[in-house]
Amino acid sequence: MDLPLFESVSGVHPPVNFPDYRSNVLRSPKHPLVVLPQHLTETTAPVFGEDRIGPTDGDLTRQFPQEPIGQRIIVHGHVLESDGRPVPHTLVEIWQANACGRYRHVVDNWPAPLDPNFGGGGRALTDADGRYTFTTIRPGAYPWGNHDNAWRPAHIHFSVFGRAFTQRLVTQMYFPDDPLLPLDPIFNAVPDEHGRRRLVSRFDITRTKPNWALAFEWDIVLRGSRPTPFESGEDHDD
Amino acid sequence: MTEVTPSQTVGPFLHIGLPWPDGAFAVPEGTPGAITLTGTVTDGAGEPLPDALVETWQVGGDGRQGFGRCPTDEHGGYRITTIRPAGDATEAPHIDVAVFSRGLLNHLVTRIYFPDAAENAADPVLASVDADRRDTLIATATDGGYRFDIRLQGDGETVFFDV
Repeated sequence: MDLPLFESVSGVHPPVNFPDYRSNVLRSPKHPLVVLPQHLTETTAPVFGEDRIGPTDGDLTRQFPQEPIGQRIIVHGHVLESDGRPVPHTLVEIWQANACGRYRHVVDNWPAPLDPNFGGGGRALTDADGRYTFTTIRPGAYPWGNHDNAWRPAHIHFSVFGRAFTQRLVTQMYFPDDPLLPLDPIFNAVPDEHGRRRLVSRFDITRTKPNWALAFEWDIVLRGSRPTPFESGEDHDD
Repeated sequence: MTEVTPSQTVGPFLHIGLPWPDGAFAVPEGTPGAITLTGTVTDGAGEPLPDALVETWQVGGDGRQGFGRCPTDEHGGYRITTIRPAGDATEAPHIDVAVFSRGLLNHLVTRIYFPDAAENAADPVLASVDADRRDTLIATATDGGYRFDIRLQGDGETVFFDV
């Protein structure tokens, strides 16, 4: 059977145990992870269609009768595999705080205003070339209890499925030149500087809409598949 | 080094973006032979996680697939309705599970096996796990389904996988 094997991502993701992030201390397993060979369950994934997407899911500024307060932005990019191959028709889900850094959520009660016209959740499918686009407002930074005077840099949460269980990714997109990034334990849990850079979007003047919205571009790169040793052998025979 | 985008935590506010009204149904309600998977997610102090999300993915040897997604409730509980997957030539029947929560910078992966499956004895993944931890991967039978508790840390820590 010719199942794809997805490349190793050793050193890419944050470590399992990372006590600088206080909530990690009691929630991270202490036994080493056991290597799971990639079989059918790991190399397949659910497929979602347009029926998962509501009419305003891609535009977080149009989900309420009036417009939310804040800087209107377009966030766009590709979902790709590491060899550059696009991931078409895959589900991308986002959630974020409002312009003041407050989430519409029962456990977020810091003294910043809620916006009656902003929910903060969005959903889209990538197109045939792996492209996604959201219209939203730029989220604010917010304080959290991790350490004294801790502030999360502004970010948008992203969830992506890809075409295999091994590609499942939940991550966060940040904004360029944010002075809070060097201070944030969650961002800095990514061990490699290049990896951290890949979490930061790029201001994109070409996709701004004059008199309407700024734009940021951010590509999401999922694990690519490598030929199996069996397939490599075949290549050499050609 | 690959250019893969690193993982970050879902944080405490995942409910804004991830749960679906029908998410806990990997098969439609009323599907013949449907079972319910229930369980509790707990931390290293034995406390339940009220802010986790459990996802299940299964591909049976008979080709039937199913995806389920359920946020934990205030008691750390989740409940997903699905069918029992078939095994295949190499593996015993199993369901892959991804666990997301505040505090986890990467989601955790585990597997649900079934207590009454004769194929478990020859399953290569179960065989690769220390014998004294293997039972953390095996659900227990309940009325109408199976119970699978997920212990992130400490006594009875669930086996988690590197895929």
